[in-house]
Amino acid sequence: MLSRREITILNRQGMHARPAMQLVETSSRFRSNIRIRKGGQQVNAKSIMEVMTLEAVKGTLLVLEAEGDDAEDALEALAQLVSDKFSED
Amino acid sequence: MQILKGIPVSPGVARATAIVLDSEEMAIPRRQIAGDEVDGELARFDAAVQKSIDELGRLRHTFSETFGEQLGDIFEVHRAILTSGPLKDEIRGLIRAERYSPEYAVATVLRTYSKKFLVMKDEYLAERVQDVYDIERRILRSLIGERREQLRSLDVPHVVVAHNLTPSQTAALDREKVLAFATDVGGRTSHTAIVARAMNIPAVVGLTSATADTSGGDELIIDGNRGLLIINPDERTKEKYHQYAREAEKRETDLTMLRDLPAVTKDGHEIALHGNIEFPQEIAACLDRGATGIGLYRTEFLYLDRDEDPTEEDHYEAYASAIEMLGGRPITIRTCDLGADKFTHVSGETDERNPFLGLRSIRFSLQHVDLFKTQLRAILRASALGPVQILFPLVTNLRELRHAKMVLRDVREDLEDEGISFDRLIKVGIMVEVPSVAILPRQFAKECDFFSIGTNDLVQYTLAVDRLNERVASMFTPAHPAVIRLISDVINAAKTENTEVGVCGEMGADTVFTLLLLGLGVDFISTSSTSVPSVKKMIRSTSMRQARRVAAKVMTLESDREIMSYLADLTRQVIPETFAGPEGQEL
Repeated sequence: MLSRREITILNRQGMHARPAMQLVETSSRFRSNIRIRKGGQQVNAKSIMEVMTLEAVKGTLLVLEAEGDDAEDALEALAQLVSDKFSED
Repeated sequence: MQILKGIPVSPGVARATAIVLDSEEMAIPRRQIAGDEVDGELARFDAAVQKSIDELGRLRHTFSETFGEQLGDIFEVHRAILTSGPLKDEIRGLIRAERYSPEYAVATVLRTYSKKFLVMKDEYLAERVQDVYDIERRILRSLIGERREQLRSLDVPHVVVAHNLTPSQTAALDREKVLAFATDVGGRTSHTAIVARAMNIPAVVGLTSATADTSGGDELIIDGNRGLLIINPDERTKEKYHQYAREAEKRETDLTMLRDLPAVTKDGHEIALHGNIEFPQEIAACLDRGATGIGLYRTEFLYLDRDEDPTEEDHYEAYASAIEMLGGRPITIRTCDLGADKFTHVSGETDERNPFLGLRSIRFSLQHVDLFKTQLRAILRASALGPVQILFPLVTNLRELRHAKMVLRDVREDLEDEGISFDRLIKVGIMVEVPSVAILPRQFAKECDFFSIGTNDLVQYTLAVDRLNERVASMFTPAHPAVIRLISDVINAAKTENTEVGVCGEMGADTVFTLLLLGLGVDFISTSSTSVPSVKKMIRSTSMRQARRVAAKVMTLESDREIMSYLADLTRQVIPETFAGPEGQEL
């Protein structure tokens, strides 16, 4: 069963190294497969390198997709992290 | 079969399996591994990643403490990238499925990522490409460093292919397990080449693409006589080299039989035939090949590859061990010849536009009198243990010679005051390698005990040819009539003043010039241990009468080509077997 949620990057410097690491750390706590889409691009939310290559600057709209028994919890945790601006700004 | 042509720097031929050492500074060549190597290479990759993770943990700790958490976090991100599975899995996938070498797999994956960063529009995010580069370099460094470590624990003999080897890396090679080496860069007179010759390890340098064209596990022939690297040779080539190896072995045995015979001509004229060394450990090889002493101990290796200047004790220990190994035979210790192509942390301080005309050798010593005195003290102290002579390099004018001797006098007085014993009759000589000295040698001969003609630099300065520049290196020859005239004048001046005179450059190692040097009247020849037997054979095969006739004839010839072909013909007549190698044979 596939869950989906839209999020917008809010922190000033966008998804650079440290936010990418936090996001991956969060995703990795869950069993679900989690992907992030930006337009036609899609990356593994458990790979820091891939997440960084999304070039998700401030204001970018991303679609989170999770598949697995803890998919909803995962999406909730990730959405929270993003709306908290990765505790950055 | 593929054949690469490079510069032969140390003679001999070896055939064995390759070990390839990449350089993290360079493009990593596309290299594949054999099926049965996959597991081992995966383990090597995992170990390199773990080592990188450990390093990053330490870096984070140090940085956080010094510069705050924010900066420390940069390394934490790198560490997280390596610790979490995906990147590692991606690289492991290429090693397993495509059989890429770990080095190539790492470079392939990380360069795919760095390209993505480079095209980003957001400048801040695009800058993260530096992190990708950093991660790539860190893993490669671990992988490559570990590969170099492996050299120490080889169980079967290999040949080594590397982008470059430093003199100390070369000196550290296990001669039993590394049969030969080949490098992408380097030249005939680079120090790596000198060390290779001293260790008697066949070597070819300047191959440009050796590391790119070779894979670990390839069968290689390294031909240090002709400068060839043959990758996966065919049966016919293997057979040819096998036969050659047998002949070479026989020739070597013949030459070894000369070991205990003196370097004396048929008409009873004996000259001193000494060895050149960089490390005291090479003395055994010199004596084994019949050298009667050490005519040139290049001490600059005491200064290279270290963070601090050598102490008086460092010098003393090296000299004392050399003297002990020589058991009463003489040794000439040349003071520091640093500068130009040899840099340490001291002399490398400022860039020089023309280092070969810059602050080097005795010029450097006279501007760093403390360093100079430290070395002279150690040499003098060692002179109490056995026969030692002191040699000053690159003397250009009389003032320098007098200045250097004055410093030596100061040191002698200090030792006398302290009641430390040394050889009070110690002889002092100079390298004759700058044309100004060779043109007006008479006064220098009056003021020192011996001359050692350094043909490499003398040729370079006389002909204005950089021997390391491949584009003009073919003009570099001791056979130029002007060079031979200078050498002849120097020897005559020395004879007039009763100053001992000899040759310690490459010219002395080449049997083509042995007759000429004898005829011109040298008292000694000092050369690398590998050349001692063939030079001795040449001396024992001729007479002074013939040698003088040859020298007189050479002085009438007008070009280096005429001189070379005349001398080569003669040498071939005197010792034909030296020319019996695979030279000129078709492959």
